[in-house]
Amino acid sequence: MKVSGIKDLQKLKTRGMATLSPDKIKIMVGMATCGLSTGAGTVFNEIAAGVKKNRLNAVVTKTGCIGICHEEPLVDVLIPGSPRVTYSRMTGEKAAELLEELRQGSVMKGALGRMDEDRFLLDDTVRSYKKGRIKKELLKVPEYANLSFYKRQEKIALRNCGVIDPEDICEYIAKGGYFTLAEVLAKRPPQDVVAEVERSGLRGRGGAGFLTGLKWKICSAADGKVKYIICNADEGDPGAYMDRSLLEGDPHAVIEGMMIAGYAIGARQGYMYIRAEYPLAIERVKKALAVATAHGLLGKKILNSGFTFNISISQGAGAFVCGEETALIKSIEGEWGEPRQRPPFPAQSGLWGKPTVINNVETLANVAPIMARGADWFSSIGTKKSKGTKVFSLVGKVNRIGLVEVPMGTKLKHIIYDMGGGIPNNRAFKAVQTGGPSGGCIPKELINLPVDYEALAEAGSIMGSGGLIVMDDRTCMVDVAKYFLSFLADESCGKCTPCRVGVKRMKDVLEDITAGKGTKEDLALLESMAEDIKESALCGLGKTATNPVLSTLKYFRNEYVAHIKDKKCPAGVCKALITFLIDKNRCTGCGACVKVCPTNAVEGEKKQPHRIEINKCIKCGACFEICPAEAVVKG
Amino acid sequence: MESFNRSTIDGFIKKYQGGKSSLIAALQEIQGACGYLSRDAITYFSIAAGVPLSKIYCIATFYRSFSLEPRGKNIVSVCLGTACHVKDGENIMNKMGRELGLESNESTTPDRKFTLEKVRCLGCCSMAPVVRVNEDTYGNVHQSTVPKMLAPYRKAEKR
Repeated sequence: MKVSGIKDLQKLKTRGMATLSPDKIKIMVGMATCGLSTGAGTVFNEIAAGVKKNRLNAVVTKTGCIGICHEEPLVDVLIPGSPRVTYSRMTGEKAAELLEELRQGSVMKGALGRMDEDRFLLDDTVRSYKKGRIKKELLKVPEYANLSFYKRQEKIALRNCGVIDPEDICEYIAKGGYFTLAEVLAKRPPQDVVAEVERSGLRGRGGAGFLTGLKWKICSAADGKVKYIICNADEGDPGAYMDRSLLEGDPHAVIEGMMIAGYAIGARQGYMYIRAEYPLAIERVKKALAVATAHGLLGKKILNSGFTFNISISQGAGAFVCGEETALIKSIEGEWGEPRQRPPFPAQSGLWGKPTVINNVETLANVAPIMARGADWFSSIGTKKSKGTKVFSLVGKVNRIGLVEVPMGTKLKHIIYDMGGGIPNNRAFKAVQTGGPSGGCIPKELINLPVDYEALAEAGSIMGSGGLIVMDDRTCMVDVAKYFLSFLADESCGKCTPCRVGVKRMKDVLEDITAGKGTKEDLALLESMAEDIKESALCGLGKTATNPVLSTLKYFRNEYVAHIKDKKCPAGVCKALITFLIDKNRCTGCGACVKVCPTNAVEGEKKQPHRIEINKCIKCGACFEICPAEAVVKG
Repeated sequence: MESFNRSTIDGFIKKYQGGKSSLIAALQEIQGACGYLSRDAITYFSIAAGVPLSKIYCIATFYRSFSLEPRGKNIVSVCLGTACHVKDGENIMNKMGRELGLESNESTTPDRKFTLEKVRCLGCCSMAPVVRVNEDTYGNVHQSTVPKMLAPYRKAEKR
């Protein structure tokens, strides 16, 4: 069906509403990559087959990731008139049990949470799932709003992830999708859209945090009839996966954002540059583009306006530097992705020399809400200079791992402890790494830091794309610095000398230190090289490459000194500086370590304390990992 | 025997439209069809499409996803993103190498059944450490669960 105006959108909305909360049982399985990697595919098949076999009057649908990744696979059950109930860590067996309970009209025990209402962000309404009283069994299940992981969240970019079926455009429209576009095309001149976004204070969510509206303004004022909008979905920062989750869970939100951006700057063509490592995201976006085109939402004279717009996918080929905008442009042009000197900025001269705006996935997902609810609403959220919310991937050594979207300015403490539930096994929190390879490590002393662009920069790190990697006392900070530098040395495009040679040289020094060959002059050498690289590298990759070293040197200098002077790795990570030993008093002689040791380095009689032959040990850590008595220690 | 099918490459050349379409996309298609960028396939493409071989080589060596060497039937990618790194992804990588019987300088088994690669972040940080075998992603991998994880692929190869 071709959508030519609000009336048609209304029709599709009705259709979407009918599947969002149907008049029969609905079972939703979280099928983003994170769910699939823990077996959501099997769970989905079991449920679909079980429903058919038992002739249960129910529909089984796919949805994206709601962010509670540590509890995957997730299954949600929606019984008409009753709250939405989430079950976690689902398996084939649990799926069978769930269907049996549903068949008998009862509620399976052990639910993770219940959602009493569905929030429609764009038109600021709420629809209650429940009618009348909630069943007694469900009253005991905590409401989402009371779950520690959820309490502080405010979902704008992730509004539909884990709620709608990403492959069903009607459900997106039911949640208010494409109505904003229709309104913008009918009533708002392009410069008005630019002004609104500028006034909202929205800043780029991919790295540097440049004002989105200002970027649009520069591009819209640039000479030339042909202009482009590019969505940067080359989410290369290791430790960040919000863009993948958005593209897999709500691709239309990004497409609509791109269309509004395209309209605002005067572009007729958009490109989505998606990294090859995200096959499912590529597949979902492809499908979404095809469906939007089939509905006339992409193509000529969209929604009966004069606006013509198309989007093509450009697939990355595995190069971190292509996240840098001038390199990304080169890559879309089919060349090798070497960055170039700026100015001219892409907003003036970008793709094929034409004015081009490049926005990150999460940035674009914020556009429709800003246009629907207004700049004042958006800028009322967040801090003085950082407006709105930010999605963080809370990962590493933290109990509740997942994607969280919180207002800018939320304190680290609240994210890590209240939402993340602190550090596993009661170990000590040591640092949190933000901003990917261009960022830095923030120590526990700064746990009260409100997270926004300015505060993070002041602490020697950056917001980056929003990875928060939590580290405990078993993470070695020198090793972390070495990890990032070797990553960047690998990924340096080689165009400018400071990055090509300097970063590699710094990596060599760090390798020496972690191998126990560091000298006391090394720290000063690292610092002076870092200063030089920062000043002279061509692009952002090189300029920020030294942050992981500088921030760890600033906050964890003692750890560097321990490696150099005492030849010790206090965290027990650097293999050259540790030995694996078995604590005689703890060892039960179960023999688990003997079985896993690849070099037969563990010896001992059954039920007697074992020992490790140091000369044979290759320090692979297999015994350490397997020992049920925690008798293997690093010395 | 040539390592590629001429008519397949001819199809990609047609799509490439003498440079109107992306060379990266064309090379991705060749690799998709042949498993890797073989010398004769890219030489043929170079001559027939009129693209200097040096340019093809430049792109093929710049981007990580291209391979100039034949790869195994099964691709095992061990994630070494930050979250996987702090959760001992390196140990998983080493274990995988031992399990597949690879020497330290090898990435493909001599029988070309398996290729082991490291990848910088698959974006499944919540499941760290993560391993992807072909299209399947595995989360929360331990050294001790590696053999079990590989078992179905080995079984399929024996058949």
